Amino acid sequence: MTSTQEIDSVFHALADPTRRAILARLSQGPSSASGLAAPLSITVTAVGQHLHVLEASRLITTRKQGRVRTCAVAPEGFSVLERWIGHHRALWEDRFDRLELEVAASEEP
Amino acid sequence: MPEPSVLHDTFVIERLFAASPARVFAAFADPVRKRRWFAGEASGEFRCDFRVGGAEFNRSIMGDQTPFPGTPLVSDGVFLDIVTDHRIVMAAAMSLGERRISTALTTYEFRATPTGSTMLFTHQAAFFEGSDGPQMRRAGWEAILSRLDQAVAGE
Repeated sequence: MTSTQEIDSVFHALADPTRRAILARLSQGPSSASGLAAPLSITVTAVGQHLHVLEASRLITTRKQGRVRTCAVAPEGFSVLERWIGHHRALWEDRFDRLELEVAASEEP
Repeated sequence: MPEPSVLHDTFVIERLFAASPARVFAAFADPVRKRRWFAGEASGEFRCDFRVGGAEFNRSIMGDQTPFPGTPLVSDGVFLDIVTDHRIVMAAAMSLGERRISTALTTYEFRATPTGSTMLFTHQAAFFEGSDGPQMRRAGWEAILSRLDQAVAGE
């Protein structure tokens, strides 16, 4: 996937309130599909469709053991580390924006 | 504790200035001026001893638009090399909250151009498991989802 497609896919996945509720629940720890369905008052089949969208956008991973499908927030893809590194670069860009203003306001030494 | 791990990352930022290398360099050499652009408004504490072997310390609280709003971010560094108007090399460790999350070698190179100067900034870092530990990941996700909910509610 190109990064634009990836971002579109993440936004599409996050646009739905049920999927956000599923992510909020999974951010607390892994859960089975049926464990997600009960508090949301939706069927396991409906949860399965949402999980498919979340997994396709790499926000979560799912693993099937016997009849139980366990879901967890994706360790890579949309990880905090990636966002942290991205944020780190943004931090420096902000700094250099301020440096430009600081230099512009100065006189030749 | 998460499994110890290291992720290396390098990025380069180039900036053009309508000012001589000496004028750009001067904004690094004066700690009062450096605090203004380096630490910005979020700065809680900033110290800079601008000489080879001198230390630079910056402590700020991460803003609302960051992955960890409200968390203290500390940078603890030392100047490894300074060539007036040409080069500055620093090594620094960053801590987020109580945890050391990365170390970085940062190099600034200043060059004269017909219209002023360029500054080439190279950031070579080692990010540790602390920057992606389960607690951090959870805090980050919770912050993102709550901001997302606010954004959606505000539509």
